[in-house]
Amino acid sequence: MKATSPPSLRKSLGNIGTYAALVLVSLVMLVPFLWMISTSFKEPQDIFKYPPRFIPKSFNFHNYVEVFDRIPFGSFYVNSVYIAFVVVIGTAFFASLAGYSFARIPFAGRNIVFLILLSAMMIPHEVTAIPMFLFMRELGWIDTHWPLVLLPIFGAGGVFGIFVMRQFFISIPKELEEAAMIDGCSRFRIYGQIMLPIAKPGIATLTIFTFVTNWNEFFDPLIFINTRSLMTLPLGLSLFTDEVGTAWHYLMSATVMATVPLLIVFFFAQRQFIEGVAMTGLKE
Amino acid sequence: MKGDKKRRNKGPLAREAQITGWLFISPMVLGFTLLLLFPMGLALYMSLTDWPLLGEHHFTGLDNYRGILADDLFWKVFGNTAYFTVGLVPLNIILALLLALLLSKKLPGIGLFRTAIFVPVMTSLIVWAIVWKYMFATDSGLINQMLQLIGIKGPAWLYDTKLAMPAVIVTSVLKNVGLNMVLFIAALQQVPRSLYEAAELDGAGKTRTFFNVTLPMITPTVFLTVVMTVIGSLKVFGQIYVMTQGGPSESTKVLVYYIWEKAFKLYDLGYASSAAFVLFFVVLALTLVQWQLRKRWVFNESD
Repeated sequence: MKATSPPSLRKSLGNIGTYAALVLVSLVMLVPFLWMISTSFKEPQDIFKYPPRFIPKSFNFHNYVEVFDRIPFGSFYVNSVYIAFVVVIGTAFFASLAGYSFARIPFAGRNIVFLILLSAMMIPHEVTAIPMFLFMRELGWIDTHWPLVLLPIFGAGGVFGIFVMRQFFISIPKELEEAAMIDGCSRFRIYGQIMLPIAKPGIATLTIFTFVTNWNEFFDPLIFINTRSLMTLPLGLSLFTDEVGTAWHYLMSATVMATVPLLIVFFFAQRQFIEGVAMTGLKE
Repeated sequence: MKGDKKRRNKGPLAREAQITGWLFISPMVLGFTLLLLFPMGLALYMSLTDWPLLGEHHFTGLDNYRGILADDLFWKVFGNTAYFTVGLVPLNIILALLLALLLSKKLPGIGLFRTAIFVPVMTSLIVWAIVWKYMFATDSGLINQMLQLIGIKGPAWLYDTKLAMPAVIVTSVLKNVGLNMVLFIAALQQVPRSLYEAAELDGAGKTRTFFNVTLPMITPTVFLTVVMTVIGSLKVFGQIYVMTQGGPSESTKVLVYYIWEKAFKLYDLGYASSAAFVLFFVVLALTLVQWQLRKRWVFNESD
């Protein structure tokens, strides 16, 4: 260890500068949320009041109640939650099964199939959406939740899942598996009872990723869903925005309710999520 | 490859591996073929036809592509997409890198800032766009109200052909800068400490250390991030849909909005498919460039 430089004025000034810059940027990021929450409690006539008030004069919860009368907000919520749930489970199962196979089972053609899957990830969704619309129409699945569930599980999202899980399974020592094979375990049992439990962190990363992507998905619902009661939150909210115009108090109470669950998940799984992003982003 | 061959001669176990291996990937491969590969092929064919929403279609060869190249609106849309990309990418990358450098310092409470800046990444794009539409609102918007506090009458941001796109760009940068920031933080952590110590011993200042040590070490990440951000920008849609609907007077109409409108508002599916393929070719070219460059870097690293 070499001698550290004396604690200089320059250094502490630098730290103050760092904090100042970070506070400024963080404020820009957080003010929209604070403003959103603040507006959601305001009376309509207070919205246009000048000067702006961050703390409303009184906290009114009636916007939160009335918004349910204006739009089928409850349905949007239920649809978003259950679609995200099905997609997360489906992706975790099928992608980890395939990822395990690509990582550990030496079958003919696995490298080439994996390469084809990976290269398909760069196909823009907008290209396949048009034929997919016709395809779903043939099946009579327009205005149903089938496309919203199947496309993410087996499309680019699923391929991404395979990639993440394969990376994870590759890093697990082979000995565990070999011992089980000598004991006569089937591959499916090895996958389910040995590999999956070890791969929990990988599954967790994938789950959070899939959930966030799906919760926010907009393009597919816009194309495939017409009936209000079948809409998801992002689509329902965008429609509501067109309809209510400047009734921001309703809009903001709706956006608060749409955002808060996700933020709660984020604060609990923050570390895993941010590190997961960094890991998958760098190893890609 | 060699390993595969050896295992293949091992008898029943190897045969079992063939069957189970394919069995395990079969749901994904089947779904992928039906939901990605097949539509991709059909889209290519559709782009060569006059496919309507209902009724018969006719093969028209390259007519759609010729039509696109002759369409003034397409070029305007292409220009808008380029404007969005050129406006967003440098801003996003530089801000993300600066924030990553600040957040790499070991200071108390720094994790809180990382969280704050990452929160918009987690938020729904549609929600973020709705809130920012409100922030930019002419009379009730917070931005104009703040401007009024210092005596400036704020413009009608989203209804001005010159200001709408910059407003959308700012909204988009703030939404996603946290993602690139996290990637840069991770890359910075991979730079070996010893390099910094060596630079310090050589008497290199902070600026020189950054340009001669840090930046070269994280170049692969920077490049990857730039390409990913460019591709993302070329596909911008949701925030435009919510904030401006492509207006005013088409000043924010971007490529995907144009494709969506052609396909699902005007129901010209063949034409829309060919416009989508133009997007695909641009993305493909960018991805190939990225692969080439990464190969070179990987080679250099192992040298």
